[in-house]
Amino acid sequence: FRFPSPIGHISTCPSLIGQCCKTHPGSFQEELVIRPLHSGDIYASFQFRTLWDTDFLQEGQKVSHYRLFPKSLGQVLSKFSVRELHISFTQGFWRTMQWGQPFIPSPPGAELWVWFHDTVSDVDGNWKELTNVLSGIFCASLNFIDLTNTVQPSASFKPLGLGNATDHRFLRYATLPREIVCTENLTPWKKLLPCGSKAGLAVLMKSEKLFHSSFHSQAVHIRPICQQCSSKAWELRQTLNVVFDLHTSGQGKKEWSLFKMFSRTLTEACPLASSSKVYVDITDNPEGELFELSPATPLLGQAVVLGDRRTYSVYDLSRAETFGQLRSFNLLLRWKGDSGDMLRPLLHAERYVAGFGLQTGEIHTVIYNNHPYRAFPVLLMDSVPWYLQLYIHTLTVTSKSRDNKPSYIHYQPAKDRHRPHLLEMLIQLPPHSMTEVTVQFERALLKWTEYTPDPNHGFYVGSSVVSALVPSMVAMRTNFTQDQPLFSSFVPVKEESSYFVRVYTEPLLVNLPTPDFSMPYNVICLTCTVVAVGYGSFYNLLTRTFQVDEPSPPLSKRLANLIRRMRGVPLLT
Amino acid sequence: MAALQLEKQRGRYAALAIAAVVIVVGIPLWWKTTETYRAWLPFSEISELDSLQLQLSVDIEVVFSRGTLTPEQQKKFPLSHVNEKEHQVDAKTGLRYKYETRYRTATIMEEDALNQPTAAEADLSLHMLSESSCGSVVVYVIPESSTLLPEDVKVYVGQRRTALLRSPPFKTSWNLKEVLSNLDVEVEQVVSTMSFGHQDIVAALSNRVRMTKVTKESMADSMRAIKSSPGYEITFSLLNPDPKSHSLHWDIEGAVQSYIQPLLNKLAPIANFSVDSQILYYAVLGVNPRFDNSVSAYTLSADSLSHVINPVEARLGSNAASSNPVLNFLLYVPDAHHSPLFIRDHSKRKVPSNAFHSPRWGGIMVYNVNEMYGPEAERPVDININMAKVMGVFLAQLRLMLGVQHTHPPTGFVLQSPGSAGLADWELDRLLWSRSVENIATASTTITSLAQLLDQIGNIVINDNIAQQVSSAVTSLQSAVAELEAGNLAFALQYSREAILASERAFFDPSLLHLLYFPDDQKFAIYIPLFLPMCVPIVLSLLKIVSEAKKRRADKQAKSD
Repeated sequence: FRFPSPIGHISTCPSLIGQCCKTHPGSFQEELVIRPLHSGDIYASFQFRTLWDTDFLQEGQKVSHYRLFPKSLGQVLSKFSVRELHISFTQGFWRTMQWGQPFIPSPPGAELWVWFHDTVSDVDGNWKELTNVLSGIFCASLNFIDLTNTVQPSASFKPLGLGNATDHRFLRYATLPREIVCTENLTPWKKLLPCGSKAGLAVLMKSEKLFHSSFHSQAVHIRPICQQCSSKAWELRQTLNVVFDLHTSGQGKKEWSLFKMFSRTLTEACPLASSSKVYVDITDNPEGELFELSPATPLLGQAVVLGDRRTYSVYDLSRAETFGQLRSFNLLLRWKGDSGDMLRPLLHAERYVAGFGLQTGEIHTVIYNNHPYRAFPVLLMDSVPWYLQLYIHTLTVTSKSRDNKPSYIHYQPAKDRHRPHLLEMLIQLPPHSMTEVTVQFERALLKWTEYTPDPNHGFYVGSSVVSALVPSMVAMRTNFTQDQPLFSSFVPVKEESSYFVRVYTEPLLVNLPTPDFSMPYNVICLTCTVVAVGYGSFYNLLTRTFQVDEPSPPLSKRLANLIRRMRGVPLLT
Repeated sequence: MAALQLEKQRGRYAALAIAAVVIVVGIPLWWKTTETYRAWLPFSEISELDSLQLQLSVDIEVVFSRGTLTPEQQKKFPLSHVNEKEHQVDAKTGLRYKYETRYRTATIMEEDALNQPTAAEADLSLHMLSESSCGSVVVYVIPESSTLLPEDVKVYVGQRRTALLRSPPFKTSWNLKEVLSNLDVEVEQVVSTMSFGHQDIVAALSNRVRMTKVTKESMADSMRAIKSSPGYEITFSLLNPDPKSHSLHWDIEGAVQSYIQPLLNKLAPIANFSVDSQILYYAVLGVNPRFDNSVSAYTLSADSLSHVINPVEARLGSNAASSNPVLNFLLYVPDAHHSPLFIRDHSKRKVPSNAFHSPRWGGIMVYNVNEMYGPEAERPVDININMAKVMGVFLAQLRLMLGVQHTHPPTGFVLQSPGSAGLADWELDRLLWSRSVENIATASTTITSLAQLLDQIGNIVINDNIAQQVSSAVTSLQSAVAELEAGNLAFALQYSREAILASERAFFDPSLLHLLYFPDDQKFAIYIPLFLPMCVPIVLSLLKIVSEAKKRRADKQAKSD
């Protein structure tokens, strides 16, 4: 274990302090964090935050005039009485063991969770309409979200914003693990930014580069927040996380630049942004022995994020000197040595399907606690479609080959064609252990219209969600101030000693027994023939008259008679 | 032999019994299980609606003030008179206008009101005296010598539903009939200005009727106005293509409250309106304006305006939360390098308002700010937009879009400007008349074409909710027509809106798309393996029984002969 080494030469960054919020309604901030990963990949995380000062909680007040906040989302919020909305589209899977924790995690495919106001009477109706509208806004297949893949988690998804709603009747959560994310989802996402992709950090978002990456995730988080709690505001956070595999695509050379990653350089900040910054994580490189950054910056910043104190080089785009003589800012990083081993993330989870044949199977979820001496509880949430019929009596939780009884289990069984299984458990993870959760299931037979167009590909089961308060190495900051960088201020911190982490496992791909789809016609033909043959003989038996027939003469006699007839001789009788 | 006969008889009975079971149980069962569900629709009433006979009734009150009639002429008052006109628009659509005119003399209070110094004040005090009902018209005939109106003005149309008419010179020797017939032409002109003219109504019927007999002008009016709909979204967008140099502030809340909301309140019976606004940055027009040296400004020619909208439209975004038609009003502040920007009309003159509109879409106004700051001002420059100037233009465009036509009054007419409400009562009435007729025409066309479609394609499933929508649409349509006939304009509009809603809901119901269509060859492919082997023996044995019976009868006849 390595504790962050104290860094002596950091001057308090002037841009991180002061600069109180302006008085005009709404503000906009943008930032880009670049973290060189130990695997040689580059993690780039964009965050855009639009604040909209309005007292939305007041009933009857219709807000319809938009400045920085996008109108399309604002209308959705007010029409469907949304309290909090989180939506993410992800292509690829975040490899926690290689890359560490992301700033804001997301599962592969699309994920949507929404808290409605407690004044809503028909939550399911609102939810259905909301998903349809959102699928129009983001050009995604969110309209495939219906009651069969929607759950109401009781503990895993608490509101991140203002207010302490606890009644999970107003929460809806759904994932579409099969959703494929591409340019058509990025374009509407960029449109929500006040500057579009015309100025500021968003000019870097060229889709051919962004989607040529190991991991791509874009998200929109809307929540009510409270600024010093004197005024309430909507906060819209748009995040985009990319992991570039520059090691293999860069001919083995370990160096990168903004231009190499995005095929663009920065020339200006978005003029509407109150702050516009680029951060580069240099925690592992305190003396410059690992890599070299150019242009160098005198500004250094520190932030406590995900239980660790990190040091960043800060480039402030609102200052003219950042862009230098060329009026363009191209960050270049050259590796000098090989980076050491990465610290294992404290919490990690994976999942797979075991078993053989097409009748039964077993879902294994494995959760690792890599903390050497602290045990902590985690909340595991599983939403399994109805066509995998879980046998909940086979649920076992074992840690260190001993039975580990969950202290809280919330299980909602599925109803065929109506709702999925929901399983939520609070499990205590012993220190430095591996905990395995298994449950057996049986595969259901679907109706022939319920199969997807390519049923032999298999059916996706969304990721399990592991949420936990992980013991922190350093004291977390509990008070939120304006000067914190965006990436460290998303999840509210309630206590200093721990931080909140959400880990998504892999989605599962399960084969279901798949019929031959020309079967119905074959069956019709076969049964009809059988019925017709049976009916025919039955009918004959009933209607024919039977009489004793004279036995026909033997063949020799008939032949003899034939010859006799030809000769004109009297016939034999 | 008898046993054989008995056996044959038994076989015959068995064949007959099986045939009977197939016919009595099998065929109805097959029919019942394969039929598509089709709820009952009022086809006969719908076909009645197909040929539409609309009657519009207007209440007209003609009030004679002191000094216009001789006491003898006055003696016959009050008096009423009904005048009807019929037009056959096309083979299936007929119009009848019924003008019910009541004549009376002015009361003392009304005389007092008419003695006000100006026409506007007289109009106001007349309005205070009595509230006239929606769709009616009151004409006050004032003496020829009255000073209420300027010399050359014949008719004054006020803000409400009243008009002042300067009486033409009457001869004292005329009897009342002659006086009234002399007045008729003028009253008719007033009514066609204040409630409806034949051309407007025919234009409103454009959904049913081919436009042939309509004048170009009312055609243009009806093309410009957006179609009747239960609701409209009005979106004001401020386009700031250059946020680096201009930081724009507009008080849209206040402007909407003081300029747009009064008009929309007035229009509440016609449709629901919702207003919103947004600011779009880096939004540019689709055309590059040309620099004109003669005026040292950039200009947009009238020909290029049609290309301006499309690229902006992509940024505007549709309303995610409703499907009502959107009216867009864009305020474009040109960037610092392309200022000032002027719009030129076809004759190359500068458009004074620097704005233009696109029919049924909305309007665009160009707002130049280059004169508000010097060249060395610190960027971005804070600029407050003069909303009174902007809203004046947008309000005029909105009135055009909504179909509050600019009636071109006949000579000698003075129309009082609508004032702060943005809309005079009689203008609203005009709108109500044409919207009711338009709604009825649209709903009847929708319902008849739906009925035709359902009638033609027997495989479409008609659910109960569709049938219910169709019946409610038909009932509302009938009530709307009846209310128009009775002259209750407000109710007629109400019912016609309900009719249009119900008919559209039925027409666009997704359950109608679940067309149960199986091609005939596939049907046979499914049926033949079962039906052929089952039916052939039955038919054959039935044929045999019949032929045997025939033969037996012939034998019997031969025997008896």
